[in-house]
Amino acid sequence: MLEIENVSKTFHPNTPNEVRGLKNINLSLEEGSFVVVIGTNGSGKSTLLNAVAGTFLVDSGKVTLAGFDVTDWPEHRRAGLIGRVFQNPFSGTAPSLSIAENLALAARRGLRRGLGWALAKQVQSELSERVKTLDMGLDDRLDNVIGSLSGGQRQALTLLMATWLKPRLLLLDEHTAALDPKSAEQVIRMTQETVSRERITTLMVTHSMHQAALLGDRLLMMHGGEIIHDLGGAEKRRLRPSDLLERFEELRREEQLDEIAAEMLRASYV
Amino acid sequence: MTLLIGAFTVGLILSLLALGVFISFRVFHFPDISADGSITLGASVAAVLLVAGVNPIAATVAAFASGLVSGAVTGILHAKFNIHKLLSGILVMTALYSINLHVMGRSNIPLMSATTLTTFAERLGSYILGSGEIVLVWGWEVTRRDASVLVSALFLTSLVGLAMYVFFRTNLGTAMRGTGDNAQMIRALGVSDENMMVLGLSVSNGLIALSGALLSQYQGFADVQMGIGMVVWGLASVIIGEALVRTPSLGLTIAGAVMGSVLFRLMVAIALRWGLNPTDLKLITAIFVFAALILPKLLDRIRESRVRAANA
Repeated sequence: MLEIENVSKTFHPNTPNEVRGLKNINLSLEEGSFVVVIGTNGSGKSTLLNAVAGTFLVDSGKVTLAGFDVTDWPEHRRAGLIGRVFQNPFSGTAPSLSIAENLALAARRGLRRGLGWALAKQVQSELSERVKTLDMGLDDRLDNVIGSLSGGQRQALTLLMATWLKPRLLLLDEHTAALDPKSAEQVIRMTQETVSRERITTLMVTHSMHQAALLGDRLLMMHGGEIIHDLGGAEKRRLRPSDLLERFEELRREEQLDEIAAEMLRASYV
Repeated sequence: MTLLIGAFTVGLILSLLALGVFISFRVFHFPDISADGSITLGASVAAVLLVAGVNPIAATVAAFASGLVSGAVTGILHAKFNIHKLLSGILVMTALYSINLHVMGRSNIPLMSATTLTTFAERLGSYILGSGEIVLVWGWEVTRRDASVLVSALFLTSLVGLAMYVFFRTNLGTAMRGTGDNAQMIRALGVSDENMMVLGLSVSNGLIALSGALLSQYQGFADVQMGIGMVVWGLASVIIGEALVRTPSLGLTIAGAVMGSVLFRLMVAIALRWGLNPTDLKLITAIFVFAALILPKLLDRIRESRVRAANA
């Protein structure tokens, strides 16, 4: 489904701010798999998602999605294959448009947009039906502007919008990180239901060890722009949040060791 | 009475400018000051064609098309070449000054002897109202020319306003509004925000050029200076319109911009009648827009401090 081959990306090359976001990443996702990505801050997990979404073009390597070589496709063209939910609840919806208009926009993701009436009768009836399934009391507020909704409601709507037309790949970028615990739980439950019901191939970045252990059938751990662990099958099923914490602790100790070594080198040579 | 009717007519004609400014400023949050150039462009294209004896409808459509092109250039400068929004507008506006002079061949073209849309409106008026020079409207004496031009302007403006409302409710128009609201989201839904902006600014400046074409035909001349300060004029109309309707609803905002344009023109006409020096017109306009921009916030602050004082 998704093939990432030897993909690298460096931000601000040849400047003091040079950051090697992705270092020669290779990754292959099977159709229908639900892959969770975790990692420390700056480990490259969001960069990986953005490389797939086309937020930027990669420096080298190849990205293949659903049989298309999308390496040179701009973001909006890839969106025909990809559904996305962002970390910021404000990013996924247009605040001054109504709920119905936002959903109508999503109902034509990747399709031609002509001069047909956006809120045609049949679109509207489908809208209210599917919004009812959200169970958030939004079905009689379809004409309200999105700006009047809470972060949790917006994120639930963004998820509904991203999966309105079944995407070949769903990208979730820490989509519950900015929500209160109750809304986060609601959105995660909705994610689980939607992904398993429609069998959507999903790549989800999370900061939560709990979500990482519970969700998905494969887990990637990233560090310094590389995938350092790739756990699937039985190994992933056995995984507990505490195991993940341990691995992070290991990483931290290694880094500290590096720092101590560097300090010693500095002391003896400088 | 002639004064009021004249103000009404110009207000309606310039409401197309207000609608264009509404698209750039409010839909795309794009301070497109090339409007100053494109309104003159519309006027000069129409004037040159009219003097050459081209059919007024064809000349007006050509003026609209010239605005489409000018707006598209502003959009391309910003969207494809990443030039700052304000600077894109300034570049096009500056370039248009020379282009307008080239189009006209001199700085002023009188249209007194040419057949224009105004002539058409008068003919239509005499067909409907008869041949009398003066007609009575609710007991007021109005010249046939003024009445027919006013009604034609009202008809045309309503038509454009309605078309704009319908357009912004279509799939394409909704995507356009979504682009101005949240470009990241619209890209994630498979729409090129760059193309949307080019298209939107194109339509915006097309309307502004159309407004210029109608204005030149109404006032009987095109002048290379006529665009100066027009973008502020359009903005003033939009702001007054928003204050009048006080709702984010699309249809009412569009109607508000038209009403704002007419009301603003009436206020200016009355001020001039009272003896305002025409030299001060642009200054007053700028001060007025300044006041309209800060007043709502000022009122809010006063209200807040009153509430605090009451609770203390």
